[in-house]
Amino acid sequence: MTGTMENDGKKRGPGDENSPAASPSAIKLTDISKSFGPVRANDSVNMEIHAGTIHGIIGENGAGKSTLMSILYGFYEADRGTIEVDGKTVKITSSQAAISVGIGMVHQHFMLIDTFTVLENIILGAETSALLVAGLEEARVKLQALEDEYGLNVDLNVLTGDLPVGEQQRVEILKALYRDARILILDEPTGVLTPQETAQLFKILKALNREGVTIVLITHKLKEIMTITDNVSVMRAGQMVAHRKTANTSAEELAELMVGRKIINEIEKSTGQRGQPALKVEGLTVKSAGAVPLIDDLSFEVCAGEIVGIAGVSGNGQSELLEVLSGIRPFDTGKIFLNGRDVSPQHLCDPKEVRGLKIAHVPEDRHRLGMVTNFSAQESSILGYQDAAVYNSGPFLDLPTINRECRRLMEGFDVRPRLPEIRSANMSGGNQQKLILAREIDKGPEVLLVGQPTRGVDIGAIEFIHGQLIELRKQGCAVLMVSVELDEVMKLSDRILVMFDGRIVAEVAGNKADEKMLGLMMANAHSQLAQAETNA
Amino acid sequence: MSQNSSTLPRWIDIGLIPILNVAMALLVSGLIILLIGESPLEAVQIMIQGALGYDEGIGYTLYYTTNFVFTGLAVAVAFHAGLFNIGGEGQAYIGGLGVGLFLLLADDSLSPILLLPVGIIAAGLFGAAWAAIPAYLQAYRGSHIVITTIMFNFIASALMVYLMVNVLIKPGQMSPESRVFLDTAHLPFAHEIFAWMGIKIARSPLNISIIWAAICCIGLWLFVWRTRWGYAIRSVGFNEKAAVYAGITPAKTIMLAMFISGALAGFVGVNEIMGVHHKLLLNYTAGYGFTGIAVSLMGRNHPFGIILASLLFGVLYQGGAELAFEVPTITRELVVVIQGLVILFSGALAYMSTPWIEWAYGALSRRQSSAGQGEG
Repeated sequence: MTGTMENDGKKRGPGDENSPAASPSAIKLTDISKSFGPVRANDSVNMEIHAGTIHGIIGENGAGKSTLMSILYGFYEADRGTIEVDGKTVKITSSQAAISVGIGMVHQHFMLIDTFTVLENIILGAETSALLVAGLEEARVKLQALEDEYGLNVDLNVLTGDLPVGEQQRVEILKALYRDARILILDEPTGVLTPQETAQLFKILKALNREGVTIVLITHKLKEIMTITDNVSVMRAGQMVAHRKTANTSAEELAELMVGRKIINEIEKSTGQRGQPALKVEGLTVKSAGAVPLIDDLSFEVCAGEIVGIAGVSGNGQSELLEVLSGIRPFDTGKIFLNGRDVSPQHLCDPKEVRGLKIAHVPEDRHRLGMVTNFSAQESSILGYQDAAVYNSGPFLDLPTINRECRRLMEGFDVRPRLPEIRSANMSGGNQQKLILAREIDKGPEVLLVGQPTRGVDIGAIEFIHGQLIELRKQGCAVLMVSVELDEVMKLSDRILVMFDGRIVAEVAGNKADEKMLGLMMANAHSQLAQAETNA
Repeated sequence: MSQNSSTLPRWIDIGLIPILNVAMALLVSGLIILLIGESPLEAVQIMIQGALGYDEGIGYTLYYTTNFVFTGLAVAVAFHAGLFNIGGEGQAYIGGLGVGLFLLLADDSLSPILLLPVGIIAAGLFGAAWAAIPAYLQAYRGSHIVITTIMFNFIASALMVYLMVNVLIKPGQMSPESRVFLDTAHLPFAHEIFAWMGIKIARSPLNISIIWAAICCIGLWLFVWRTRWGYAIRSVGFNEKAAVYAGITPAKTIMLAMFISGALAGFVGVNEIMGVHHKLLLNYTAGYGFTGIAVSLMGRNHPFGIILASLLFGVLYQGGAELAFEVPTITRELVVVIQGLVILFSGALAYMSTPWIEWAYGALSRRQSSAGQGEG
């Protein structure tokens, strides 16, 4: 495959300062294959990552990126193929082996212990002496040097759990550097970050790169690839389909390579018929066990035929809001109106009642809430409606009907494979999400609560899901959408509410919003800015 | 992708792996028997002959099987709700108390036709009530059910000793046993039924409870996989958060599952008290409740698997007793070792061989698919 690169005529120009043509390969993978049972997660993958470059690996969910990196980091062993690090063939059978050849990894989900200090977390597993104290001091000196060298500022003495997500990620990076990693792999590092934090991260990565650290960035976000990488490899269905020099490609080309066909990114968003307020919330307050307000005096409304998007950094009360509105979580004070009727009493923590009010809910986390992964698809397709008369005959579940209905949903929403008997866990993320969406939309809801509609969903399915939401809006359903994907929020929403610290701190019309503005609002910095401006 | 056991087809998971586990247990047992200087093959032969070779042996084997089916199903239904009910022993004990008390009170006043159904209900209700207390503590107070059910075994045991020694003992005798129920309150033995039909078979404790055990298997299968309540139980067991999302109340579901679990365990009392002993006494549960855990694990919490596993343990119990009797050097304790090994390999180490089998299966299916591609 390295040959492809040259055949493509995308050889580095001599003038490229970041990645001189002569730069040796840091990692070279030859013919890597890995199967799980009959599934080929990686199929004869060839790839070369040059030392001192930032290399992006892009692909849809399930394309095999994570498997490939897990092989490189010693979590899995490849069935076939060789790994060369710095020109030497190595066998990586454990994460220790990976570390010893200089590979460090920053996982998508941080591997940190919240109740340890930053320093303790960093040396965890790399303690240098039997007595902790001496080792800690030794580590502190080394880390200070690292922080200075790369401009990675993290207070070593605070509890890790108290740090914001962006800084926790820096702890992970420090952890890798502390173990002398010269090749740093980051798996979807920006999924949990605000645009500002992302910019910060990229600055750090650039600095590390200048100091000679090779960086491998795994992502499904094209924009990131275009912003920061020198080279990019595209995976699709377990295979490496293309290698490109970032300067010589475009987001459109990469998207096409990822999906294997042309993508229509613009959706036709007819102006909806905005009707009466369908869902109205007044003074909603939810407190945690420790009486900290998770949702603080929230008021807003969603009209029929309108999509309201809620933007915000994860953990600012959006999840709680969805849980309250869907009846999963009780609230302390406030009122909820449906079509002008006060439904607050019924709403007190009974998802079944809420469903009866024609409020459907596509939860944020489909594995945790939306489906039972051990159930068959048809069993998952009645989750929440298992008591409905149509699915029962006498004391028994009416399996033929459930099967037929599930097949109908699958056909309507293009869920593949069309097998009601398949285990839910064995469907891809996109198909799982489509099935859940089908289940909820099929009941003809007046209000649809939807969280992270396209998280972990491949591009093809994103298109489809967005289309369905728009269609629903056209039919006069009120849609309340929570998403961390700003692109999605801006694309679909008629109005955008920005949540920060349990409150709505800003509202903008969907067509007036831009990423920078939303980013500032999400960090609740815009009001301070505005204030500063008025003061000035 | 990384989830285990999902990559294997069902027949391997519920067929091949349990058989392999038992084979490994028997292999180790064989080594031990070799070590003490006896022939393993001969031992196996005696065991199988003793358990299945003649009508009395078969009767005993099926009698043990009946108990294991009840306790195995009890563990399984709780397991589907994500609960580990270790209290089958105590629930069986109290279930026996239920049917015993009922018969002591009513064996002369109630029509004999009603004695069996009401006796079953009494055993079930008492067992269920005994399970309901730990269930309540788990569902509404968060006390871990493993701990509480273990403790309730001890409480059940102490309670029974107290009742038998101080309250229910038949006056004028030393042994802590109640009076014998009237003949009309005895469940018919298998040999009695066969005698009515003109077939003579040897006496054994096997009685018509086994039919009730079979009905329970079918009933539980229907309940767990074919009703919305079973759906709720499995939802809570697999993913409690998703169950809440679906409007299912986990606390109520836990109560329901444990109630059924306790009732099933309590039915051991029907077999033992109403079917075999015909009086209340001590220690008639003899570890059936604990063995039920292994039975359920081995049967993959499925009624059909539980029937097979119960048969196996029935054979082990009966054949083991025979073995200890026939071969003096293989003592009663060594038989317990063999039983223990089967429980160990099919229970605690049930998934030990899974990675190897997954690997082998993966290699095989790869070879097949690449061969297929070669042709195409």
